Amino acid sequence: MGEKVFMQGNMALAESAIRAGCKLFCGYPITPSSEVAEYFARAMVERPEEGITFIQAETEVSAFNMIAGGAAAGHRVMTATSGPGFDLGQEAMSYMCAGELAGVIVDIMRPGPGDGELMASQGDYYQVTRGGGHGDYRTIVLAPYTVQEMCELMQEAFVLAQKYNNPVVLASDGNLAKLMESVELPGYTEVPVPSEQRNAMRGCGKTREPHKVRTGMNGEAEVNERNLYLQSKFRRIAENEARFENYMTDDADIVMVCWGSFSRVCMEAMERAREEGIRAGLIRPITLWPFPEKAFEGLDGKKFLVCELNAGQMIDDVKLTIENKHDVYLFNRYGSSLPRPKEILAEIRKIAESLR
Amino acid sequence: MKKYIYKKPEVLLDTSSGFCGGCGHGIVTKIIAELIDEMGLQENGIIVWPIGCSCSAHRIFRMDQMIALHGRAPAVATGLKRVEPGKFIIVYQGDGDLVSEGMAEIMHASIRGEKFSVVFLNNAIYGMTGGQVAPTTLIGQYAKTAPAGRSPVNTGYPIGMAETLSHIRGVIYSERVTVTSPARIAAAKKAIRKAFELQLEGKGLSFVEVLSPCPTNWGMSPVKSLEWIEDEMTKEYPLGVFKDTENEVPQ
Repeated sequence: MGEKVFMQGNMALAESAIRAGCKLFCGYPITPSSEVAEYFARAMVERPEEGITFIQAETEVSAFNMIAGGAAAGHRVMTATSGPGFDLGQEAMSYMCAGELAGVIVDIMRPGPGDGELMASQGDYYQVTRGGGHGDYRTIVLAPYTVQEMCELMQEAFVLAQKYNNPVVLASDGNLAKLMESVELPGYTEVPVPSEQRNAMRGCGKTREPHKVRTGMNGEAEVNERNLYLQSKFRRIAENEARFENYMTDDADIVMVCWGSFSRVCMEAMERAREEGIRAGLIRPITLWPFPEKAFEGLDGKKFLVCELNAGQMIDDVKLTIENKHDVYLFNRYGSSLPRPKEILAEIRKIAESLR
Repeated sequence: MKKYIYKKPEVLLDTSSGFCGGCGHGIVTKIIAELIDEMGLQENGIIVWPIGCSCSAHRIFRMDQMIALHGRAPAVATGLKRVEPGKFIIVYQGDGDLVSEGMAEIMHASIRGEKFSVVFLNNAIYGMTGGQVAPTTLIGQYAKTAPAGRSPVNTGYPIGMAETLSHIRGVIYSERVTVTSPARIAAAKKAIRKAFELQLEGKGLSFVEVLSPCPTNWGMSPVKSLEWIEDEMTKEYPLGVFKDTENEVPQ
């Protein structure tokens, strides 16, 4: 670990990415993500020893395709955007998954639909976990709840992307982006040699086997072969990379399920419920995909309160996981500002009443 | 003693490209293959192909290659060249790819003066999807989505990319050539060689537009197609050098 600092979320995220060896940042300015681009732009000028390339792209479409190009050469690359830019990048994400290109994509969520608003939201849950690109593809989605965790997951994202040769999404939001918090910055990590990465574009000469990034397929046999291969990789990711934290779920009657910075409000509500004698617990998925099904093991028969800053999107995955929709309740707001713990507590009390 | 007067470029594999008879892609990709051999670009070179008929050319090259999404090749090449400035990057695009879907990408790669070479094959029609109107289709030219011929009222006017890009400062070289005769092919090769040499000097984006026949979608014989380029296409798209920052082009 590196030094302890007091830092804004977006900047801490960018610094962690630089220390993880990110050499190419391409992005298009969009609130609330722009500080990440600005940080990289400054680093390119002020820290030449880092060897960073920053490009302000003409569109998010281009930004995502640019990082695909950098990833193809085996480098650690990233972009950061918000929901209205993330959707433009999804053609490239489908392409990167099919072409097995490792890149990190940060989505700093803001309320929608449409142009929406600029502050916090979790309205991109479907977008980051299902994706809008075509075909059957999956991306690991990491959802931090503090600036500290965001710094750690930021570095982890690069490792996972290159481990699986697949894009990895880090889902932040307008709160974490703008929040100043005390954080212990991660140190510099070891970066694998780009030209030695699998299938890296480097020039083949007369003797080396040429490398090719091709996502087109010819005929049923090739469509099946490619998809079966990718699906087996996605299964491997699902088995090995699901992450979560459970808080006081063992004896709980009511288990809250929440993610991202909003979890912090939910934790406060859980503690207040405990003070009132209501046995509340909490599951916090850290990976949104793969969805941490293990977190729900042994919790049959409990009531689940899914808390989200959207119309209720993760609630689908909760219902699928426990295969029972009757015991699942929703507390939701649409974002911009955060609800207070007492509003969630009121919902917990209602469920507790029904258990009496 | 045996004397070779012709041989297949070493960078080409012994396999079929899949291009139609009379198609210009075969000629242009072979020019590129010859230059890769002659200039020794296989060691350090990467080709970025587009989506369209041209992307099937990846099958015949023994090179590191990427096929970008439709229109995005200049963006992909930007990322590639920026992290690997020592590599030689050839971007190959058709007119549907470069002028329509990827207009933003080629314009901004040009504005940024990205240091790679773009070979742009203009056959005034969509080839792979089967003959729909392109931004480069001539006024009055038949296309499946312009069954009465292209009308400016509905689809506007053809655009000359070699001229358009020549006005952008980041572009250091822009020329339009064609492949209708052995002399024209030799001139096309000279232009592409020049574009490649300028990339090696690392000064900016070098661009060569090639007017190329598509007998299949034009509904003409290969020979008639070549005549049509000379008689009709070159009126809309005059051949010539539109920008050469080393040698000022007389206006």
